[in-house]
Amino acid sequence: MTEKLIIIGAGMASGRVLEHVLDAAPDAFDITLFNAEPRGNYNRIMLSPVLSGEKAYADIVTHDDGWYAARGVKTRFGAHVTRIDRDRKTVVANGVETPYDRLVIATGSAPFILPVAGKDLPGVVTYRDLDDTNAMIAAAQRGAKAVVIGGGLLGLEAAAGLQARGMNVTVIHLMGHLMERQLDPAAGYLLQKALEARGITIHCKGATKAILGHGRVEAVLLEDGTVYDADIVVMAVGIRPEVRLAVDAHLEIGRGITVNEAMQTSDPAIFAVGECVEHDRQLFGLVAPLYDQAKVLAQTLLGHAAAFRPVQTATKLKVTGCDLFSAGDFADAPGREDIVFRDPARGIYKRLVIEGDRLLGAVLYGDTGDGPWFFGLIKDGTNIAPMRDTLIFGPAYQGGAQTDPLAAVAALPPEAEICGCNGVCKGRIVTAITGGANTLELVRATTKASGSCGTCTGLVEQVLAVTLGDSFVRTTAQPMCKCTDHTHDDVRRLIRAKTLKSIPAVMQELGWTSAGGCASCRPALNYYLIADWPLDYADDRQSRFVNERNHANIQKDGTYSVVPRMWGGVTTPAELRAIADAADRYKVPLVKVTGGQRIDLLGVRKEDLPAMWADLNAAGMVSGHAYSKGLRTVKTCVGSDFCRFGTQDSTGLGIRLEKLLWGSWTPAKVKLGVSGCPRNCAEATCKDVGIVCVDSGYEISVAGAAGMDVKETEFLIKATTEDEVAEIVAAFVQLYRENSRYLHRIYKWVAKVGLDWCREHVADPVTRRVLYDRFMVSQSVCQKDPWAEHARPDQRAQWHALADLSLEAAE
Amino acid sequence: MSPPWIDIGALSDIPAQGARVVKTAAGCVAVFRTADDRVFAMDDRCPHKGGPLSEGIVHGTAVTCPLHAWVFSVETGMALGADDGAVATYPARIEAGRVLLDASRLSRRVAA
Repeated sequence: MTEKLIIIGAGMASGRVLEHVLDAAPDAFDITLFNAEPRGNYNRIMLSPVLSGEKAYADIVTHDDGWYAARGVKTRFGAHVTRIDRDRKTVVANGVETPYDRLVIATGSAPFILPVAGKDLPGVVTYRDLDDTNAMIAAAQRGAKAVVIGGGLLGLEAAAGLQARGMNVTVIHLMGHLMERQLDPAAGYLLQKALEARGITIHCKGATKAILGHGRVEAVLLEDGTVYDADIVVMAVGIRPEVRLAVDAHLEIGRGITVNEAMQTSDPAIFAVGECVEHDRQLFGLVAPLYDQAKVLAQTLLGHAAAFRPVQTATKLKVTGCDLFSAGDFADAPGREDIVFRDPARGIYKRLVIEGDRLLGAVLYGDTGDGPWFFGLIKDGTNIAPMRDTLIFGPAYQGGAQTDPLAAVAALPPEAEICGCNGVCKGRIVTAITGGANTLELVRATTKASGSCGTCTGLVEQVLAVTLGDSFVRTTAQPMCKCTDHTHDDVRRLIRAKTLKSIPAVMQELGWTSAGGCASCRPALNYYLIADWPLDYADDRQSRFVNERNHANIQKDGTYSVVPRMWGGVTTPAELRAIADAADRYKVPLVKVTGGQRIDLLGVRKEDLPAMWADLNAAGMVSGHAYSKGLRTVKTCVGSDFCRFGTQDSTGLGIRLEKLLWGSWTPAKVKLGVSGCPRNCAEATCKDVGIVCVDSGYEISVAGAAGMDVKETEFLIKATTEDEVAEIVAAFVQLYRENSRYLHRIYKWVAKVGLDWCREHVADPVTRRVLYDRFMVSQSVCQKDPWAEHARPDQRAQWHALADLSLEAAE
Repeated sequence: MSPPWIDIGALSDIPAQGARVVKTAAGCVAVFRTADDRVFAMDDRCPHKGGPLSEGIVHGTAVTCPLHAWVFSVETGMALGADDGAVATYPARIEAGRVLLDASRLSRRVAA
């Protein structure tokens, strides 16, 4: 004979119990399902989208009448079970007794109502079921005021839902930050900011004193005296297990109905599941453990041994636009350590709590894509020691086959910015790719992504890989530009191997696909040829960027800046007078001292350049090459001549190095610094080449940066004499000139070839000398003042307009 | 009636793969010379931020603006690649080593 099974309550947990039992043994029980609500099982966690209007009730029904009928489940919806008679093994609803062999109590929880004056006024609602939700929807009038008491998960979802329906919403929260059970203060702050940004008022540390109103709710009064007007008040301060039936039946009760690990109550014929139970002194409010309980209870009912073991749970806030994830235990405690990552600009906060080699908790805000992965590590108690350093960056940064390196990029939303320079988001790149741009170059051509500083090239390639799948073959080496498939390194190698000595020769021999190259490859080729064949190659001025072609830096308005060289940052009254005279004569709008210890004259008209240069030449000054991929400045301190700490003549050494290196073309600009002592007043340790004088000689370090990247120099070698310093520095610069790709600063090049490789070359006296000699050969032709050349009378016409039609046209 | 062509200078005054400017009452016109010795004229002003196109690198029949690397066809004045924009162009031709511009078009530009 089939057993009679009665289930009281049609919630998330009991719905699962029904499914498991009926799937495993469709005919094992004669089932009757009671529900106080006049409806069957629906997905309560989806009430928030119903409230906000994103979903309808019909969308969240999990079991409809047909489902119950097909499986022979008798339903008693809208029937309030008022009593359990354990002796007679019956339940009583509406005065009718129904007998059971086994009984499941799944009464869930009831909202906690603050015991304050006015709590019973019409307009005060709770947020537990569809009726509550409908009450709120009915009360929600555009422009009306809602006060939500409680800034936990439920309260915030209610607040967001009401706000989505056009209400003015205030959230009152007793604690110092929102969702304090799931979030730490920092994430709570970000959440508060995000909610405030959408117009929700948040009042933390707010204790509700009374709900005011005559015949209907009108306002909420806080202990601190604040009053918030309210047309509707949502009480969402918490829930308590619904245990009244169990209490009356004298079952064992703690805060909830006490169950063992088989979900059995103190009466062997009665079981309980869901939010109404207490297991091992613990209550359960999230859906994942409820489902686990349901699975165990189904096994128990079917006579199989099963045990409920609570596991860690993770929380996601279901508020559209607020990405928030928390899992595990993230309270501060002795022996626990935090790993925190913040990106204020993107509103991202991530915190991992670690104890020993285990991850205990994770709070993610703004970027929750890695949440499930962290949750897995917490649940499984994975030893995270091997990946501790990169743990916070998520699975994409960990080795091993189980992780997908593209996951991070794949998880990026379409509006995520990929290329900061050109403001290109992922969505636009994906659109371009699906529109046929299936190579990096094509993406660049159609969207400009990675077309400026290029630091996002890797990301763009990953977007290509994610979008195209296997059909995208990631080129391990980047071609120089869209005119060729060769890389910069290949081109340099072939120029030497094939003795190519002109741009047309390179383009012909290496199969350039464009007629005359482009603005990207031409300057690079011009540099490579000048560096490799200094005595044979004639500089192609038309292949240079405007600044190098005109020997001045173009400004945004088309004027130029003029910077005379000041060797080692040292000048004289006569030079300063000449600069002042030039500034006056050519009406220079701005005279500015540069970071490289010299003077910048800004706003000069192109046609004035040659005359101005001639004036400055006459006072003994030459071009400072402030515009070139070449030696810029050698910054110095006053050194042993004047400084009481100076150990060597840093000024003199700086001037000597500048006179040695000036005029040379390099792959990218080169800046030097020479400091007279380790106090380092010349800031030598963030330069391309930095020399710090010490009592015993000179410490030469290289590969610093203080631009888009900031980086301290790395020690290269020590020298004991100025002659040695000069030879080492020239040899090192020559090594760079011969091997780096165009536009790579020294620090980028060194990162590629390795500092040890550089040191091998300059430490060996023979190799060093060969490099130094080659440098000097190049200097024999390159070291000439371009100002003097272009200021010659026969050259001046080209700096003016070809013709002036302004008068004729005006007639 | 043949257009009133104005002689603005010798072809050799313009560097191959380069440009010179011609001043007009309504601003400068850039006259480009390609590697294969053809000449093209257009406004010397990038529609993006006003960069002097005459100072850009000339490659094929295109020029790259020196300020922010927008690329324009010197034949059509249209922006190439991802950018959207156009520059006014003017008829130009070479006769016996001299560069000629269509004065009527230039003066219409003034009138406009």
